[in-house]
Amino acid sequence: MPEFVQIDGLKRYFDVSAPWLVRKLENRPRQIVQAVDGVDITIAKGETFSLVGESGCGKSTVARLVVGLYPPTAGTIAFDGHDMSQRRGGTETSALRRRLQMIFQDPYASLNPRWRVFDIIAEPIRAFGLAKDKADLRKQVEDLLRQVRLTPADGAKFPHEFSGGQRQRISIARALASRPEFLVCDEPTSALDVSVQAQILNLMMDLQRRLQLTYLFISHNLAVVYHISTRVGVMYLGRVVEQAPTETLFRRPKHPYTRMLLDTIPDLEMTGRQRTPVGGEVPSPINPPSGCTFHPRCPFANDRCKVERPKALPAEDGTVACHGIEEGRIPVEERSYSLDRAQPARS
Amino acid sequence: MATNNPPLLEVKNLRVEFPTRRGTLLAVDNVSFEISPGEVLGVVGESGAGKSLTGNAIIGLLEPPGRIAAGEIRLEGRRIDNLPYEEMRKVRGARIGAIFQDPLTSLNPLYSVGRQLVETIQTHKPLSTAQARARALELLKEVGIPGAEHRIDHYPHQFSGGMRQRVVIALALCAGPRLIVADEPTTALDVSIQAQIIALLKRLCREHQTAVMLVTHDMGVIAETADRVAVMYAGRIAEIGPVRDVIKHAQHPYTKGLMGSIPHLGERGERLTQIEGSMPRLTEIPKGCAFNPRCTFRGERCLVDRPELMAAGASRAACWLHDARGVGVPVVREPASA
Amino acid sequence: MAQWIARAADSDIWWSFKSSVTTVIAAIVTLLIIVVAFLSPVLAPHTPFDPSTLSLTDGLKPPVFMGDDGDWSFPLGTDDQGRDVLSSIMYGTRLSLEVGFASVVVAMLLGITLGLFSGYFGGAVDSVIMRIADVQLTFPAILVALLIDGIVRGILTSQRHDEIAVFVIVGAIGLSFWVQYARTVRGSVLVEKNKEYVQAARVIGLSPILIMFRHVLPNVTGPVLVIGTINLGLAIITEATLSFLGVGLPSTQPSLGTLIRLGNELLQSGEWWITLFPSITLAALVLAVNLLGDWLRDALNPKLR
Repeated sequence: MPEFVQIDGLKRYFDVSAPWLVRKLENRPRQIVQAVDGVDITIAKGETFSLVGESGCGKSTVARLVVGLYPPTAGTIAFDGHDMSQRRGGTETSALRRRLQMIFQDPYASLNPRWRVFDIIAEPIRAFGLAKDKADLRKQVEDLLRQVRLTPADGAKFPHEFSGGQRQRISIARALASRPEFLVCDEPTSALDVSVQAQILNLMMDLQRRLQLTYLFISHNLAVVYHISTRVGVMYLGRVVEQAPTETLFRRPKHPYTRMLLDTIPDLEMTGRQRTPVGGEVPSPINPPSGCTFHPRCPFANDRCKVERPKALPAEDGTVACHGIEEGRIPVEERSYSLDRAQPARS
Repeated sequence: MATNNPPLLEVKNLRVEFPTRRGTLLAVDNVSFEISPGEVLGVVGESGAGKSLTGNAIIGLLEPPGRIAAGEIRLEGRRIDNLPYEEMRKVRGARIGAIFQDPLTSLNPLYSVGRQLVETIQTHKPLSTAQARARALELLKEVGIPGAEHRIDHYPHQFSGGMRQRVVIALALCAGPRLIVADEPTTALDVSIQAQIIALLKRLCREHQTAVMLVTHDMGVIAETADRVAVMYAGRIAEIGPVRDVIKHAQHPYTKGLMGSIPHLGERGERLTQIEGSMPRLTEIPKGCAFNPRCTFRGERCLVDRPELMAAGASRAACWLHDARGVGVPVVREPASA
Repeated sequence: MAQWIARAADSDIWWSFKSSVTTVIAAIVTLLIIVVAFLSPVLAPHTPFDPSTLSLTDGLKPPVFMGDDGDWSFPLGTDDQGRDVLSSIMYGTRLSLEVGFASVVVAMLLGITLGLFSGYFGGAVDSVIMRIADVQLTFPAILVALLIDGIVRGILTSQRHDEIAVFVIVGAIGLSFWVQYARTVRGSVLVEKNKEYVQAARVIGLSPILIMFRHVLPNVTGPVLVIGTINLGLAIITEATLSFLGVGLPSTQPSLGTLIRLGNELLQSGEWWITLFPSITLAALVLAVNLLGDWLRDALNPKLR
C-alpha cells in the first residue's frame, strides 16, 4: 500500500552558469548546483516528518518541489497515490493542490502587504470554489481566524499591523483555508522569538490533532524537531544521509554527520557536556566533494568514502547512507538526555 | 555582587530615548549592571527588549535620533557616555571592541582583510606597517584561518561566513581591548559553525583576559559561554545572576516562561510552556511591572508599582514575589487572545 | 471616508508635507494654475481662439502697466491678431496640462505593463523587451516624438492632422517616456517575485497573469508615482518644445509652447509681452511640479524617514 506521500529519487539541479555569451568569450564551464541529489522519503498519514540540515543542504528545495513550485529534474513525488510531478492543468491537479498547502518561513514576506487579512485568507477558498456564497465565505474566514486564536475583527486589518507571531498565525489560517490534509512547513518558527515560537508550535500540534493533518516540517533547529516529529531525515548537500524515528535518531545516531549535528544542540540542562565542534564548513554545492560528500569533515573517512557515493541502506526502522556503518567501522553510540527538568523555584 | 576587583564596566541607570514626532519613546529604561574584568556577561532578551540598544549605547554607536537621556557608563572608572566624538573614537577599538551579527557587512568589501586589520592596529598603536602586518598575521592564525600567510591579502567575499566571522573577531581583538561587545555574533551562521565560533570566542577572551558583553536572543549560546546573564524585557532588566542559577532556577516569571518555551531534549510531544500575549510596543508599556499583563503570578501591587532588582535566591530579579510584602491581592488575568 | 481622512491627516506624509515651506508653496502654485487653467472657459475675459470675437484694432496692445496705450480689458496685452494674452495663457495652460497628464498616463500604462511582463516572465520575453527599451533610450525623447509626428503628418493631410494633433502628440511623448517606468517596475517585480506571498499564490495554483496583476502590481507602483510626478514637468516641457519648433500643437489649438513660438516672431519688433508671459507661466508651472515631485520622492523614500 503506497504511503501517503512518497518521494523517490528526487533530484533538482539549478543551472547557475554565466550567460551564454560570457561563457563563450571567457571560456568558462557550465555550473550546475545539485541542490537535491537523489532523495527518497516516505511519509505516513498523520505523522510529522522533519527534514533537518544546515544551509545549502537542499531541505527548502525539497519543500518547494513537493508543493510544486519547481518541477523536479528527475524522480517522482506521489501524493496519495497520484504522481504530482506531472504538472498538468485541469481539475485533477486543482483537486490535488487543494489538499496540500505550504507555510513559509518569513512572516514579513509571506503575506501580501497590500491586501487585507480577510482577502489573504479568503483567496484559497475563492480559488478552489469552496464557499457557497458571500455569507458562507465570511463565516469560513472567521472560523479560520478563531482557529488560530485571532479574532474576526482582525480580518479588516493589514499585515503590517500585526507582530511576527500573529502573521505566522495568519499564514497558517491561509494554509488551512483549503482544508488540506498535508502541510509543508518551511522553517515556520525560525524567524520568531522563542516565546512566540512556543505559541506557534503548540498551535500547530493542536491543529494537527484536531484536523488530522500530516506535516512535512523543515528546520535547522534540532530541539524543535525533537519536540514535534514522528520521524526525522537528516540532509547534507542534497542527500539524505540518515532517516529514522525521532527517538531512534536522537538516542542512537549512526551517521557521523548526524552525531556532529546533535553535538551542536546547546546544553541547556547545564550538564557541562563538552561540545566537540567538528572542523570545516559546509562545502559549496556547486563543487561538492567526490564520493561521499561528507568525507572531508568525517573522522571515519577511508579511501572508499572519497570515491564511492554511499547508498541509503536500511538500519533500525530507517536508512543510513554511510560506508563506515555498512562496513561496521563506526562504533555504535547510545546517547541519553537528562530528564531532570528543573522545577522552577517558587518563592 | 561584591568583588574585590573594581568592575571593568559600570552601567548606572542608563536611559536611551528616541524622540519622535509622536512623543518620546523610552527604549532602555533605567538599566544598571557591571562587568568584571575577564568575565562574560550575557544579555538575553527577545526582539524589542532593548538589548542591542544597550550594547550600542556602550560602544557609542547609537543612531540618532536615539540618544542617551540619562545615566552613566564607566569604563575602568572613566566616564565614556559623554565623551566628544574624537575621544570616543580612541576608546572604541582600543578599549572596547565590537562584533556584530552580519559578517558580510561588518567588513569593507573593497579592502583586503589584511589591510583592514593593519589599519585598525595602526590607528590605536604606534607600530610600523611591517610590524602591524606581522601582528595581523598572528591574529589570523590565532582565530584559526588556515593558510593565513596568503589569505591575509584576500578580500572578504573570498571567505565563507564562518571564516569571515573569525576575521571580524580578529579585528575586534587586534588593538587589545579590555571589553568586547558582541551583538548576535552567531545568529547568521550555521549551527555547526556557531559551535566553532563560540568555542573560539571563549578561548580567545580567556587568553587575552578580555571581558565580553554578549547580546543575543539565543539562550543556548548564553548557557555555553556566559558566566553571568541579564534577562531584559521591555527595556528593563528582569533578572540578573550567575548563568547556572538563572537558567536552572529562574526567579522571575518571565525568565521561567522563557526557559519553559525552549524545547529541549528529554521529553517529546508535550505542550511547551507558553507565555500568552507578546512583548509590549514601546508606545504601550504597562504601568507598574512591564510584564504584568502576561504574568500568572501578578497581584495588585504589580499593576501600580514598578519593581527594581532585588535579591532572589542567588540572583536578583525585578519582581514583587521576592519582596517581603509580596504582590498583594492576586489579580486574575482576563483570557486574552494570544 | 472620515476615518480615512483622519488617518491621512495624522500620517507621516502629511506632516512631512506641512513642514516644508517650499513644498507647500509649490503645491499652492500648482493647484492655482490647474484650477485657473481648467476653469478658463469661465474665468477668461475673452475667447481668443474664436475668430469672430477678434478685432484687429485691438492688436498689439501692451500690458496695462506699461503705459497709456494699455487697456484694462486686456491686462497683459494682445498679440498681432488682437488675441488677449491673458486668456490665451489660460487656455494654453489647460492644453499643456492636458497633454502633459495624458502623455504621462500613456507612458505609465505602457511602461508598467511591459515592466510587469518583463520582470515576471524573465527569459526571452525579458530580453526582447529590454533590448527594445535600450534601443529606444539611445534616441532623445524629442527625436522620437519628432519622428512619430513626422510620420503621421506624412500620412494625413495637414487639416486632418491638426484635428488629431493632440492625440498624436500625446502618443509621441508617451511612447518616448515609457522606458523609465518599465525599468523601475521590472526591478521591483524581480524583488517581489521571490517573496513568499507570491509563492503562496503559486501554490494555490493561480495563473501567472492573475498573480502579476492582483498580487505583484499593487506592490510595485510606489516608485512609479514619483517618476510620474517628475515626468509631468518634463512632458510639459517636451510638448512645449515640440510646439515651439512648429511640430507640436498647431496655432488653432495653441499650448503654451505654441504661444511662445507665435510671440517669438514678434520679439524683434519690440512686442515682448506676447512671448514673456507664457514663458513665465510655463517656467512657474514646471518648477512647481518638479518641486512637488522632489518632495514626493523624499517623502516616500523609506530610508530617509
